[in-house]
Amino acid sequence: MITGTARRNTEASLLLISLVIAIGGYWLASLPRSASVPTGIILYGVIYGAIYAAAHFAIRKLAPRADSLLLPIGLMLNAIGFVLIYRLEIPTENVGLAAAQTQWLMVAIAAFIATLWWVKDVRSLAQYRYTFAFAGVVLLLLPMLPLIGREVNGARLWIRLGPLTFQPSELGKVALVLFFAGYLSERRELLAVTTRKIGPIGVPALRHFGPVAAAWAVSLLVMINQKDLGSSLLFFAIFVAMLWMATGRPIYLISGVAMFLAGAFIATRLFSHVQARLTVWRDPFQYINESGYQVVQSLFAFATGGAWGTGLGLGRPDLIRFSVHTDFIFSSLGEELGLVGGAAVLTAYALLAARGFGLATRCRDDFSRLLAAGLTFAISFQTVLIVGGVTNLIPLTGVTMPFMSYGGSSLLSNFIAIALLLRISDEVARAGGEAPPTELNMAAGGGR
Amino acid sequence: MNKQIRAVGFTMLALFGVVFVNLSWLQLVRAESLANHPSNIRLLLKEYALERGAIRSLNGDTLAISEPTPEQQLKSVRRYPKVELFAHLTGYYSIRYGRERLERSYNQELTGKGGVVTMQDLGDRLLGGEEKGDTLVLSVDTAVQQAADAALGGRKGAIVALDPVSGQILAMVSRPSFDPNLLSQHSAEGQQEAWVRLNEDDENKPLVHRATRAIYPPGSTFKVITVAAALENGIGPDTSFPATSQYQPAQTNRVIRNFGGGTCGGDMRDALRVSCNTYFARLAAEMPAGILEETAAAFGFTETPPLDISAVASRLPDPNDLRSPAFRALSSIGQYSVAATPLQMALVAAGIANGGNVPAPKVVKQIEDARGAVVEQTSPEIWKRAVSASTASTIKEMMVDVAANGTARAASLPGTQVAAKTGTAQTGEGGNSSLAWTIAFAPADSPRIAVAVMVEGSGPGSDETGGRVASPMVRQVLQAHRSAAGW
Repeated sequence: MITGTARRNTEASLLLISLVIAIGGYWLASLPRSASVPTGIILYGVIYGAIYAAAHFAIRKLAPRADSLLLPIGLMLNAIGFVLIYRLEIPTENVGLAAAQTQWLMVAIAAFIATLWWVKDVRSLAQYRYTFAFAGVVLLLLPMLPLIGREVNGARLWIRLGPLTFQPSELGKVALVLFFAGYLSERRELLAVTTRKIGPIGVPALRHFGPVAAAWAVSLLVMINQKDLGSSLLFFAIFVAMLWMATGRPIYLISGVAMFLAGAFIATRLFSHVQARLTVWRDPFQYINESGYQVVQSLFAFATGGAWGTGLGLGRPDLIRFSVHTDFIFSSLGEELGLVGGAAVLTAYALLAARGFGLATRCRDDFSRLLAAGLTFAISFQTVLIVGGVTNLIPLTGVTMPFMSYGGSSLLSNFIAIALLLRISDEVARAGGEAPPTELNMAAGGGR
Repeated sequence: MNKQIRAVGFTMLALFGVVFVNLSWLQLVRAESLANHPSNIRLLLKEYALERGAIRSLNGDTLAISEPTPEQQLKSVRRYPKVELFAHLTGYYSIRYGRERLERSYNQELTGKGGVVTMQDLGDRLLGGEEKGDTLVLSVDTAVQQAADAALGGRKGAIVALDPVSGQILAMVSRPSFDPNLLSQHSAEGQQEAWVRLNEDDENKPLVHRATRAIYPPGSTFKVITVAAALENGIGPDTSFPATSQYQPAQTNRVIRNFGGGTCGGDMRDALRVSCNTYFARLAAEMPAGILEETAAAFGFTETPPLDISAVASRLPDPNDLRSPAFRALSSIGQYSVAATPLQMALVAAGIANGGNVPAPKVVKQIEDARGAVVEQTSPEIWKRAVSASTASTIKEMMVDVAANGTARAASLPGTQVAAKTGTAQTGEGGNSSLAWTIAFAPADSPRIAVAVMVEGSGPGSDETGGRVASPMVRQVLQAHRSAAGW
């Protein structure tokens, strides 16, 4: 049996590698500009070392038997993102972005430690489920408010508070996963009861579709009012996936997908910004100088990178113009580090997903189980959405690349999610790492 | 519940797989075509980052050079120190409007990606040394080019001079010209402003390369080809027609008159000396069908000359039309739908000068690498075997007579035997404006230069004949080359 200490030692060595990536990458990215070692390297080395150490020793203290990979994966992705953001500073005159991102990482790791410290038992969060629901919906809809809402690149997904701009939907995501986990673990049996059958598929009472309809309405509202396709789709997908994982009723999956398709169809008919995303997706080259510019530039970036990439600092990711440090950071990676770099990063995300879903299956209670699965789903699905979008596999929906993209709200929510996953994994390990059989064998069509 | 979680987990991993497959397809399979997509300016930026090779004249003057800029995006800017004088040869190097002329046809060499890779290059690349493009050295001497430009005196027209043996271009002027610096500047607005202004100037059309890319009725200079067609097909130089002031081919009511309403006739030599329209019209009308266009094609008509900048083919009438004696008669004097580039007419002169062989024309003499070592040299080639040496020799004698005693007297140069032929072509609607031509070569016995001059003329009834307007320009070009090359 793997002891907590062994896990922490693994984590420490992985964090050391991540630190080497952050500092070595920083140096490499500065090489094309000047042969001398950049002046900031020691400062960054010290700051990143301190951040990593703080996170690591917090886990040693607060969750000693937690998973050893989750934090290093998140921080390694963050380190790669930091290097790419620093590398973009000069050509786009985004001076200060790397420093700001480092400050945001400090805030995010502080929140990470606070979460570990405050949440001693993850199940205790279930009782705040309606608070989370309220907070989640408010955060999701906040940018709609006239005074603080800000429209950036055509989407209204930012709020402004004094000098700070914030993307509240990122935090709303975590709050809503917490709510869904609480709500569904409580109601899963009720929701799973089927009263009728359509063909082979059992159908629960109509009133149980109320939550589905409510979630659908909120996501449509987000899409229409904030033009935020990404958050809308992500939010609805999280809900449908968690509902199905909780109940095992295919009807929720089927009706969810059907409602999504219907909603998307209507939206493309009614709203020009949704229509525009679709037409650009079909043939971005036709709109090369207008709405398709960024996607085409992103494709050019990947093509220029090829298998091995141009090398750090030797590509031209700045040609994607705006949001290259946020939504399009993976294109920047693809150009300079090539398919090998992209594959490595995707593997890291896949590993995180496997680790997270694996953890969910070992949980002893439904809330932890759904929370772990929901958080993992949210992070992974968001990754697939944005990578698929910047490679034009699917229409582009503006979401950030978890851990890598520039931005405080994104880092904050993702490291809070990691903290929650670590807390759950620590509990699982304390309970002996073995989960009792929890699969409910409900009689088909039977009620209680 | 674990069953569903596992299913979602595996679905997610499958989605990562799909995303990865798509990424691989994008970065491995589609990479090549996307990287070379015309809208992908990454290659262009890379091109601007390296030191593009220079273009120099024969005597070493810099005609185009890349100078570094402190700008962030584009690291170098292209400069053309001779401004308009060589614009139609060097062309321009514009981000927005692409490359033209030498900048276009030798882009590979100028960016250092063409031709031979030496061990030294390999070493430089491995050590990450600065990549530099090759330098183009033209066969054009600045003094000769300047003389040709001065001869044209700001009039619309073109002058082409080449070495009739090697085919190397000695001067190539097209006026009006343009300032390539304006099109190659970095400011997008500045480029666009210059481009729009140059393109909207319908009266002057400064971007049109009149020497190689525009075709004009060659008028009586085409009679050299009519003579060649006759001689090559057994119609001797002694063929005589009585003097007349007009000729009406059979089956037509079109009447061909001599220039200025004069009366002329006699043998071929007499006819060419005074450029007798009625003689050549009758000669062509009575010739077998087919040989006129055959001979013109043998000089290169209807084919794009193998020049190393862009050029167009000269035009002949439809062969079916040429079965009609009337159309043959009109074509024989370079009217009807015969149209030639000044380059093609210079090549006709070069063909006669070179014993019947038309050389392949080339602007670039040699290519040097960044260290000044010659990496490539243009070797003389024959493009067309137009006529036999004896035919060429006979025509040469006739053309010497034209320059000595005929319409091209103004082209003659004391101390050098010049061979020439003038032409004055009607053009425009109803023939209301004229073109003045002269083609020539010198020295007649060991030719060093063949020239064609074409000047766009003024309105009808003017006395702007080839002999008055174009022939003196020929003389100036010959003189300039004689003193520059020392013959």
